[in-house]
Amino acid sequence: MALALQTFATVKDANAALKTQGTRYLGGGTLVVRAANEGDVSVSGLIRLTEPSLSTIAVAGDKVRIGASVTMAAIAGHPELGTLAKAARAVGGPAIRNMATVGGNLFAPAPYGDFAVALLALDATVSTDGGETSIETFLANRDGSRAVVTSVSFTLPKADSFRFLKVSRVKPKGVSVLSIAGALELSSDGTVTSARIALGCMADRPMRASAAEKALIGRTLTADGIAPALAAAGDGTSPITDPIASTWYRAEVLPVHLGRLLLA
Amino acid sequence: MAKVPVQFTLNGSEKAEFIDSGTTLLHALRDKIGDTSPKGGCHQGTCGACSVIIDGELRLSCLTLVETCNGAVISTTSGLSEAGVLHPLQRAFLDTFATQCGFCTPGMIMAAKVLLDHTPNPSRDEVIEALSGNICRCTGYEPIIQAVLTAARSNSQNAA
Ligand SMILES: Cc1cc2nc3c(=O)[nH]c(=O)nc-3n(C[C@H](O)[C@H](O)[C@H](O)COP(=O)(O)OP(=O)(O)OC[C@H]3O[C@@H](n4cnc5c(N)ncnc54)[C@H](O)[C@@H]3O)c2cc1C
Ligand code: FES
Ligand code: FES
Repeated sequence: MALALQTFATVKDANAALKTQGTRYLGGGTLVVRAANEGDVSVSGLIRLTEPSLSTIAVAGDKVRIGASVTMAAIAGHPELGTLAKAARAVGGPAIRNMATVGGNLFAPAPYGDFAVALLALDATVSTDGGETSIETFLANRDGSRAVVTSVSFTLPKADSFRFLKVSRVKPKGVSVLSIAGALELSSDGTVTSARIALGCMADRPMRASAAEKALIGRTLTADGIAPALAAAGDGTSPITDPIASTWYRAEVLPVHLGRLLLA
Repeated sequence: MAKVPVQFTLNGSEKAEFIDSGTTLLHALRDKIGDTSPKGGCHQGTCGACSVIIDGELRLSCLTLVETCNGAVISTTSGLSEAGVLHPLQRAFLDTFATQCGFCTPGMIMAAKVLLDHTPNPSRDEVIEALSGNICRCTGYEPIIQAVLTAARSNSQNAA
């Protein structure tokens, strides 16, 4: 079971060490140490970083940068990140939230990754030493990613334009049946002018509900107005089956919960 | 496997050990240091029996590598009683029959302690939220919730 842990002061050195086969980055460890405890022999060494910028949250106006090592508890408790508190609190119980990092959530396979769903709706940018990538590109390519994620950045949404919902069977803490985040802008007459909707558990990683987004443009948030979006909600999804819910169940309830999110 | 030096404060006393790299805090506490109050229920983060308080925050010792605790201040349930007198939470768990087999109890007590440290008079919902990462297979939870509320009341009476 023993894993060698190496600690580095700079991102550059950590990235160099991550090139070794079997080596993984250690965030909060809630997935990677769990895997090692479970006997996952593909992990033989872990890398950790003490670089302080990875643990800081910087808010300047509506621009936010969250270091990859920042925990869900730190986000949930941050006075300027109130709009995201619900998504951060959706992750695990209190002890998990004190450990689970933003960086780790970007790599979490379904049914996990609830916070990454929120970041996808916010069109966040993911940073590494090599540069910046849109979260969508990052998620698509994450399996081959060998560099430390240093931070995520996004524009803070206005409180009423961002919505998040997680459905679980056990309250108050439970693994997701699904999660949905929506960033919506409305014109003064109440019609939707832009929509980004992200889904969790509807594929092996967070994905956008592109067809539903398109179907919302020019519509109002009424039962009739959102009907085409709900009809298109499942387009392109391939929900997971796990002990929490089956593929069939997740597909059946997605439009119901998307409707609740949009009409809330 | 290389041994690495680790130093931290456990329940008020300094500990310094040479430990195999990659050892979990749970393993180090139980098998190396001899504090068997944190329990290994699942080693998966799901049961909360291994919960300890690190630098004031509730953590799962089964998913924490001991090397990341260098310089930390760690509390476990075995450090709660003073001179043979049980901590109000321990007393309340006994008095309200909130412990049966006892396996979940040290983790429950740690989760409850962090809550009461920050919120001396919690609501029932706050207690449920604070214990939401801890599983009990015996009591049905209600006595545990009552124990935490009872301990909070006895704390505030003592303070008054
Ligand atoms: C009991 C339990 C309940 C949970 N409940 C939820 C839940 O409700 N919702 C949810 O979303 N998740 C949940 N999780 C999963 C997990 O806790 C979170 O997804 C968490 O955010 C993962 O972060 P971490 O820092 O612990 O990741 P780690 O375990 O440290 O890392 C996970 C993976 O990401 C890689 N990684 C981590 N950080 C970086 C980085 N900065 N750069 C490059 N690679 C990196 C690691 O190498 C590893 O492969 C739960 C886990 C447990 C054990
Ligand atoms: S043993 Fe750590 S959570 Fe179960
Ligand atoms: S008392 Fe037996 S598990 Fe809680």
